[in-house]
Amino acid sequence: MKGWRPPAPFILLLPAIVVLAAVVIVPLVLSLYSSFTAFRLTQPASLYTLIGFRNYQRILTDIEFWAAFGRTVLLLTIALNLEMLLGLGLAMLVEKATSGQRLLRTIMMFPMMFSPILVGFQFKFMFNDNIGLVNNTLQSLGLSSQAIPWLIDGTLAFIAILVAEIWSSTSVFAILILAGLLAMPKEPIEAARVDGCTPWQTFRYVTWPFIMPFAYIAMTIRSLDVARAYDIVKIMTDGGPAKRTELLWTLISRTAYADARMGVANAMAYVAILLSIVFTAYFFRKLSAARTQIAAEW
Amino acid sequence: MATVSLEKLVKRYGSLEVVHGIDLEVADREFIALVGPSGCGKSTTLRMIAGLEQISGGDLRIGGKVVNDLPPRARNLAMVFQSYALYPHMTVRENMGFSLKIAGMKPEEVAPRVDEAAATLDLTHLLDRRPSQLSGGQRQRVAMGRAIVRDPDVFLFDEPLSNLDAKLRTQMRVEIKKLHAKVQSTVIYVTHDQVEAMTLADRIVIMRDGYIEQVGTPEEVFRRPNSKFVAGFIGSPPMNLKDAEVTDGMLVFANGDRLPLPEKFRDRVSSGQKVTFGLRPDDLYPVGHGIHSGSEADVHKQDLRVLLTEPLGNETLVFSELGGAEWVARMLNPRPLGTGEVLAFCFDLAQAHLFDRESGRSLRGSHGKD
Repeated sequence: MKGWRPPAPFILLLPAIVVLAAVVIVPLVLSLYSSFTAFRLTQPASLYTLIGFRNYQRILTDIEFWAAFGRTVLLLTIALNLEMLLGLGLAMLVEKATSGQRLLRTIMMFPMMFSPILVGFQFKFMFNDNIGLVNNTLQSLGLSSQAIPWLIDGTLAFIAILVAEIWSSTSVFAILILAGLLAMPKEPIEAARVDGCTPWQTFRYVTWPFIMPFAYIAMTIRSLDVARAYDIVKIMTDGGPAKRTELLWTLISRTAYADARMGVANAMAYVAILLSIVFTAYFFRKLSAARTQIAAEW
Repeated sequence: MATVSLEKLVKRYGSLEVVHGIDLEVADREFIALVGPSGCGKSTTLRMIAGLEQISGGDLRIGGKVVNDLPPRARNLAMVFQSYALYPHMTVRENMGFSLKIAGMKPEEVAPRVDEAAATLDLTHLLDRRPSQLSGGQRQRVAMGRAIVRDPDVFLFDEPLSNLDAKLRTQMRVEIKKLHAKVQSTVIYVTHDQVEAMTLADRIVIMRDGYIEQVGTPEEVFRRPNSKFVAGFIGSPPMNLKDAEVTDGMLVFANGDRLPLPEKFRDRVSSGQKVTFGLRPDDLYPVGHGIHSGSEADVHKQDLRVLLTEPLGNETLVFSELGGAEWVARMLNPRPLGTGEVLAFCFDLAQAHLFDRESGRSLRGSHGKD
């Protein structure tokens, strides 16, 4: 039989293409398509009702969506910066340890071993206004005479979520920055000391430029993480009370499954993914620049 | 410009003492080389002077002032590291100007000094590159440039040439010597390469196992080594050092072979004494092929069989056997030699050395003449 035969590379790649198509491309295209329909889970036939950009128009003019969007960006910004500072501090302390460093490194990673759901439950308990450890401590120490409504007041709940988020993920920064510190050659630091640098100047001009790429790797990883933050918030406040801690993904999941408005939810999800991509691309560019700067060979 | 003085300087790591109370006076503008095999404490000593290692005991003075507890930045010294230790994220210009910037100097004051140092070291065309874009020799020059812009009291060099290939090393050695002539400051230079030490230094400090074995000019440590260790360490190829016993005015080797006892040691040793006989390859040569004619006083002539030759062009190293051990001789104006050929050799015993076998100390008498 003569005729067109697909080129060998294509045939060899076909299994991979089929799998990728089944698990990634088809769902992606389908969800993108559904964001242009009036799809409701309760009315399967609505999947075929094309409504153009109406879902996008609706969410872009929706205060609630923008509030969640802004809150997510705020959480991202504050959490990443604090985690980065704390992680840097931890890493530098652990690096100074002359003995037991391996043990410290292992202990430092403990928070990463817990499921975010469990972290959520634990912090929900700790911040409980009646029986929580935080209020109990504050009152025992005489720092406060009343039960602070941690998970009820909007701002306080945001802080509580932030604390849980930071507790569980600072170690990502600490581990990566520690790796950078350990990989760093010691001679430039000594040269800086002889060159007249104070410890702070040594850090500022020599150590920091060297570990910056490692910090940006952690930033890239964590920006993806926080942009899809869901589990801890879901458990601690479920976006409440009265949507005061609503983040993008709690809003999206509520819209999709509780309200069954899958089409709108998918439109929101695509905007959220765009946000992730922007953050990741930003940090990735920073990372490349920092790597070029220290002439890293990786 | 400053003197540096070490008084009973000690370095301990826990209970392990690695530098055992060494004393050394470095004069202003002097070029001192610390030399010794690896692990002898020379780098540790330099790092104590730099302030990168805590001093466990004794005093360190720079310019007369005790600086034991001052951080490196307060000692006004510059250091060139073996691995160059350049700042990878800075250009050559920034690397060289960094210490001045830290010292709070204005950019317009920094620039001329960097330019001048760059011109001295032939780095002007590389000023905007980063260290990763430079060759080893260029990086080494940047490291030196970083040191000279500072105009420090003391320069410290920690094996600065050992990462370079042989040809470049010779070139840079000359550069360093020129540089010292130009900047005229005190230099302390650590190396394990005795040739570097000999060619560069005003005085050489030979260290071994955390002690100073000998301090002296290159001439002194070469001509009058205080110990077997110094004798074997300085000079290339190394001195022939052979164990022998003194019997009736002769040196008797383990297998019964003999050499006459050098005249200058006649009164210094007694019969039956166990010694180590030392003779440099320059003082052992085939008749008519030596630095000397072979007709001087106290020259012993003996036939030896040639085992192996190493022709170097202008000279040939001749290996032969006496007393059950191998001896190296240096043959000037060489002619081709065949293995197994028997040649008459001159042993210039007036230049020979004799060491006590137990202690390794020289038997020429305390710091006296030959």
